[in-house]
Amino acid sequence: MSERKLYGLTALFQTPDEIVHAAKKVQDSGYKKYDVHTPYPVHGMDAAMKLKPSNLGYVTLIFGLSGAAFALLFMYWAMSKDYPMIIGGKPFFALPAFIPITFEITVLLATLATVIGMLTFYFKFPNNSQPLHDTPYMKAVSSDKYGICIEADDELFDLEKVKHLFKELNGQNVSDIYFPVTEPFKIFEPKFLILLAVVGMLTSGATYVTLNKLLYITPFTWLMDQDKVAAQSRSVFYADGFGMRKPVDGTVARGFIPYEYKGLAAPVVPLSNPLLPTAQILQLGRKRFLTFCSPCHGNFGDGDSRLRGQFPNPPSLHSEKVRGWQDGNIYHVIVNGQNVMPSYSSQLSRDDRWAVIHYIRALQKAKNASPSEILEAKKETPSNAAK
Amino acid sequence: MNIDYSQEMPVIESRISLAEIDRLISRPLDEKPDKKFLIALSITLTLLLVGVISISYLFLYGTGVWGLNQPVGWAFDITNFVFWVGIGHAGTLISAVLYLLRQKWRTGIARFAEAMTIFAVMCAGIFPIIHTGRPWLAGYLTPYPNQHGLWVNFTSPLVWDVFAVSTYFTVSLVFWYVGLIPDFGLLRDRTASKLKKTIYSIFSLGWRNSHRNWNHYEKAYMLLAGFATPLVLSVHTIVSFDFAVSIIPGWHSTIFPPYFVAGAIFSGFAMVVTVLIFVRKVFDLQHIITLNHLDKMNKIILVTGSMVGYAYAMEFFIAWYSGNPFEQFIFINRAFGPYAWAYWIMVSCNVFIPQLFWFKKVRRTIPVMLIIVILVNVGMWFERFVITVTSLHRDFLPSSWGYFVPSVFDLGTLIGSFGLFFTLVLLFTKTLPVVAISEIKAVAEGAQPSHNGGKH
Repeated sequence: MSERKLYGLTALFQTPDEIVHAAKKVQDSGYKKYDVHTPYPVHGMDAAMKLKPSNLGYVTLIFGLSGAAFALLFMYWAMSKDYPMIIGGKPFFALPAFIPITFEITVLLATLATVIGMLTFYFKFPNNSQPLHDTPYMKAVSSDKYGICIEADDELFDLEKVKHLFKELNGQNVSDIYFPVTEPFKIFEPKFLILLAVVGMLTSGATYVTLNKLLYITPFTWLMDQDKVAAQSRSVFYADGFGMRKPVDGTVARGFIPYEYKGLAAPVVPLSNPLLPTAQILQLGRKRFLTFCSPCHGNFGDGDSRLRGQFPNPPSLHSEKVRGWQDGNIYHVIVNGQNVMPSYSSQLSRDDRWAVIHYIRALQKAKNASPSEILEAKKETPSNAAK
Repeated sequence: MNIDYSQEMPVIESRISLAEIDRLISRPLDEKPDKKFLIALSITLTLLLVGVISISYLFLYGTGVWGLNQPVGWAFDITNFVFWVGIGHAGTLISAVLYLLRQKWRTGIARFAEAMTIFAVMCAGIFPIIHTGRPWLAGYLTPYPNQHGLWVNFTSPLVWDVFAVSTYFTVSLVFWYVGLIPDFGLLRDRTASKLKKTIYSIFSLGWRNSHRNWNHYEKAYMLLAGFATPLVLSVHTIVSFDFAVSIIPGWHSTIFPPYFVAGAIFSGFAMVVTVLIFVRKVFDLQHIITLNHLDKMNKIILVTGSMVGYAYAMEFFIAWYSGNPFEQFIFINRAFGPYAWAYWIMVSCNVFIPQLFWFKKVRRTIPVMLIIVILVNVGMWFERFVITVTSLHRDFLPSSWGYFVPSVFDLGTLIGSFGLFFTLVLLFTKTLPVVAISEIKAVAEGAQPSHNGGKH
């Protein structure tokens, strides 16, 4: 048995009093690497072994607080930043309504961290190959005996001295425990290779079936298969055989109020601009003008665009005629078109058109202001001074 | 019958050696299942089959197979859910709250009660998922990053429920497993069968009864108990929020959280007593699960039953005191309306009958006790039924008033949930130690050092 390495020496005791006494003596003799094995926690053993109180609580505390912070921050981010939505009149950051989930996540994370931390980092589990396993000693201490084991790699370990100590303490069944003889592991063992191949094939097969087949099985298709009329299908119900129905005559689509003077030379009744020339409306008008009007009329309405020469020259918007027009006339031209200019009613909504008209008026004012008006604009007024 | 309550009774009756405790508790695991067990299992499996058939029908044809209608859109599904979650609460209360209160008598029943918690939460978890109508989309309840850019509504009680019940299940399972690790270690060292040894070794993770481990283990156990205690209160509070946060008269009430928690403990203890009466008899554990245990649990049933009775009375008082005509109508309707029969079953089973536990003789006579606790379970099921259905069946508009009649599939699913619960309980008794062996040893007589601390 010379090649087997000694793990330690064990002794069994009959009563809890004896084991507490023995543990105290072993601790006092200066051994560090020893352990007491009892079928249940024996009171007073911590003091006998001079064990510090467990610091597991800090793991719990740290993970519990992280759980709380994570849950709260995540809900804050999801509900007020990523997809802000008002629900039930609550604010985006509805703290009282976030409490339940924050609490649950705190408890969940703290519990899992405590248990997983204890088992893996404190106990170094799973470990079924420890030398003490499967010994008569272990069988005795998990049932009704109390045991103590002094490990061989303790600095003070000396087989005879330890034996003597155990005898002095009246320990029974003193026995030496050896490390199990481990078989050297070879990676090219055929058994292992076959196992590897089988595991590989099963994993890839299962992955293939899951990702390509299982995920595409529709569980129940009745909702898709129910009776319905598709837009282009033939109807057996309507006399004309069309599945798709025309809207009733006179139906007006939402946001598309028809223009009543379409096709006339000019609006019969003067139209007035319903919008106020606020900064926002002028900004909208500018945007629409630059998108739809400037390709022909030029960026400032001078009729000097890059298309000059390719089409009949577009007119300037600063002519006496256009400046003299009422807003309604410009509106009429936008909707109706004029000469080569087509109707822009499909590109510009009603509000867009009136906003463009405000912007054109602003351009006209800027290009054709009288000296007194310029002076007025340059005056030191609070609004000018701010610029 | 002369019991001296003035001093603490020994947890285990008659002095049993530690090895005898091992033998006694692991006996059901060592022996082959006998005829009685197989008959019991076949009954519960039949009940389970009824449930499986009912749920298969539900999946094939949709929630229309249930008796639900407008305005009663919640009935047996939610009733069963709340009922089973409530049953689960007793286990956590026994294992965690009584642990923190240093009630040593809990050790005999804690393991069993914890197992019942887990099985009851499993039964409960089925109902919210199947009542959605498209259970295969249940994954949408979890907040995961998806292509719609949507998150679940974290301010909704229904989402709180998802978090609460799943956390509760996970924590209960972990707590239970942590308690089982030393017992797996013992079973591993006891068994002669190689297969069993492998299985126990895997689950014991290599437990060595080391005191250096026990030191951390006891701390972890205390921390878990400390977490499980507020958790168990939060879970039924959140379940009650499913109702209380809505504005339906009869639901919109601040008394709901404490009232639900008390009711949960009440029903849970009744279920634990029901099952333990059989278990201690069948597995010969009368010395470990003693009459004193049942006596103490019956006292808790009496207390919580009276609390529930107080809540019933207080609901009526507040309905009157609030001056809200809708509240008043719903409560008068509860007691004297079309569902009066359910209401009076509930009140008699929950409030009147448990009052018999004031008598020591009743608390310590098993047949009487069994009848009472079964009636308590019936009463608590009806409590959830009354709360859910009577508040809904009278909508604000009299034109949308209705009456709920359960269909055969409603009943089948309820029966099936009992089948699942008792099947799991039966399998548990045959596969795992029903009493925490290491804990019961620690409280046995002579198991701790005497006060002079040994011979010195």
